[in-house]
Amino acid sequence: MKETRQVSAKRKRFVTNTIVHIVLAILAVIWVFPILWVILTSFRAEKGSYVSTFLPKSYTIANYTRLFTDTTILNFPKMFGNTLFIAVCSCILSTFYVLAVSYCLSRIKFKMRKPYMNMAMVLGLFPGFMSMVAVYFILKALGLSEGGLIRLALILCYSGGAGLGFQIAKGFFDTIPRAIDEAALIDGCTRWQIFYKITLPLSKPVIIYTVLTSFIGPWVDFIFAKVICRANADYYTVAIGLWRMLEKEYIDSWYTCFAAGAVLISIPIAILFMFLQRFYVDGMSGAVKG
Amino acid sequence: MMGLFKDRVNEFPTPYTVSAAATKGGPETKLSMLVLGFGNIVHKQVVKGVLYLAAEIAYIVFMVTHGFHCLAMLPSLGWVEQEEYWNEALQIYEYTKGDNSILILLYGVATILLTLFMVWFWRECVKSAYTVECLSKEGRHVNTFKEDLHTLLHENVQRLLMTPSLIFIFGFTVLPLIFMICMAFTSYSKIGNHLLLFEWVGLDNFKTLFDSNSILGGTFWSVLGWTLIWAFFATFTNYIFGMILAIVINRDGTRAKGFWRFCFVLSCAVPSFVSLLIMRTMLQPNGAVNVLLRNLGLISADSALPFFTDPLWARVTVIVINIWVGVPYTLLQLTGVLQNIPGELYEAARVDGANPVQIFMKITLPYMLFITTPYLISTFTGNVNNFNIIYLLSGGDPVTDLASTAGKTDLLVTWLYKLTIDKQYYNIGAVIGILTFIILAVGALLTYRNSKSYKDEEAF
Repeated sequence: MKETRQVSAKRKRFVTNTIVHIVLAILAVIWVFPILWVILTSFRAEKGSYVSTFLPKSYTIANYTRLFTDTTILNFPKMFGNTLFIAVCSCILSTFYVLAVSYCLSRIKFKMRKPYMNMAMVLGLFPGFMSMVAVYFILKALGLSEGGLIRLALILCYSGGAGLGFQIAKGFFDTIPRAIDEAALIDGCTRWQIFYKITLPLSKPVIIYTVLTSFIGPWVDFIFAKVICRANADYYTVAIGLWRMLEKEYIDSWYTCFAAGAVLISIPIAILFMFLQRFYVDGMSGAVKG
Repeated sequence: MMGLFKDRVNEFPTPYTVSAAATKGGPETKLSMLVLGFGNIVHKQVVKGVLYLAAEIAYIVFMVTHGFHCLAMLPSLGWVEQEEYWNEALQIYEYTKGDNSILILLYGVATILLTLFMVWFWRECVKSAYTVECLSKEGRHVNTFKEDLHTLLHENVQRLLMTPSLIFIFGFTVLPLIFMICMAFTSYSKIGNHLLLFEWVGLDNFKTLFDSNSILGGTFWSVLGWTLIWAFFATFTNYIFGMILAIVINRDGTRAKGFWRFCFVLSCAVPSFVSLLIMRTMLQPNGAVNVLLRNLGLISADSALPFFTDPLWARVTVIVINIWVGVPYTLLQLTGVLQNIPGELYEAARVDGANPVQIFMKITLPYMLFITTPYLISTFTGNVNNFNIIYLLSGGDPVTDLASTAGKTDLLVTWLYKLTIDKQYYNIGAVIGILTFIILAVGALLTYRNSKSYKDEEAF
């Protein structure tokens, strides 16, 4: 009696596990399928956006070579360079802002602390690009809306509001025991030294998380770049370039190149993400234990 | 919401206030109310005093040369029209330089912000002068300039660390916002050709938008309704689905947890605008999905599923695709929280004979809701303002009513974008922005203030 019950429980568990794995497999296919499709398309030899067969008939790497050689209409290498430059610069600036602000809000009692946090909350409720037109006018008034300065303008835009996104880093700093700070203060450390000699080295996950998010933001942004670059094709970022490849006049000849470009700009993020996935989760949950 | 701005007990009492300086300060302190930094110079803080004075002079020079003019133009926003005249010598039409209302408004707002900053700066200077007077009277140590700089690394490290980011925030977030809010009360719009010269119109734009008989008004209510429906479904489908997925992957019986997680997280690696554009092309009448269905024989060879052409289909499509885009992130974020749920709760439930659904409804869900309320609110806010997914996926289509400026899947934000960038109805766009803010603010602030994390923060 007891044995049969055990067997049936075992069988039941086996059945549930099988169902779970099948469901997971189906879901995984749904999630991986579009990505696979892009990769396949990027190697497709037939041109055009609409094809009658699902899998490509023949494969080629011409789409990738064309991206880097055919620079007459859409200069992909230049866009890639622009984007990389803008993303790296604003990543450095934003990371500094976020970490500095979070440290102050987490560790130091000062008069502007509460008002600042309320202000950040209120500002966060406005639609992000409601002020975009206004930002454009300001950049124009500062003379940053033409020529090479567009790059600077974009960097300023992307890192401008960074100091308002302190919540996650602050939450992380809050989990670092205060006793460490107090001990350091007694030993004669200044608060600045505590910041860069103690807090920062203890906060690797959240630093990586911040770097990651503030790099990806500008790297994939489309709207700000579009409004600020307007018709200055020389300063287009990859996002606008890819968007243009799908416009009516280009889509037929550029569609497979679009897929190739999409694969190329995803690779850096994919590598970063795979490599740093652990830190991403740790950074979200606050992970200094003990 | 008002509670936020209630007077609090002053946590940082100091004897060196402006009113104390005005009543008890010596003559040099009182003089430094006019000549900033005078008190500091008298009491041997020469460099500091000179810097204060230089800032004051710079401000006055700016006001005399530009500032007063900007402020004086602000009420009228300019009236000189740009005129065209024939240049005989060059044989071309030339334009006289008229007033440009948008620049007048921008400079005016910037001047007001600068003046407010100077008021704060003046208070700081007076306090500083009074402090140094008291200290030297009592025979205590007066900081030299070098020591003052040194405090930036310790007592005042927040000034060093926060000032750069504050300057950026004021320049690129606060100033533009105030500027845009001002636009909501002007006639800055293509309607009536007010793109160069416009004036204040008070609440007229709000009235237009609330008047449900006008085209804009009718559109507003339908867009608002859809925005709220969208935000609700987008937030909760993602949340519930992501949580179930996280639980299923985390359960004991599941093998190869890392592999499954990898499959789902893989899509995070593709920038969302890329995956959205791909989705859009895949769902076109001749896109990959329809081709696949035709090849499989599920639909006939010349028909196509109306993903973005039928209003209901389009709405469901964007919500479903949002699940595809959002669930991996939710999965990442909730995995950690789920692992923190005390195991004893589950054991007790299992001993009592609860089934998985009961365990989920009675333990997991309440616990998660309790912990992640702030996360949910910010996701909801983010979804109300979720521009990318709608703009890149459906572009607001289908437009069923040709007279209106919004399609059936347009959110308030994408409509705002269309109105400002495409149509150049800047004033109406600004009104929509303000209304979005009000809707979100009322909801979010109330919930935030009742949430656990905000109350814990109070205990700091």
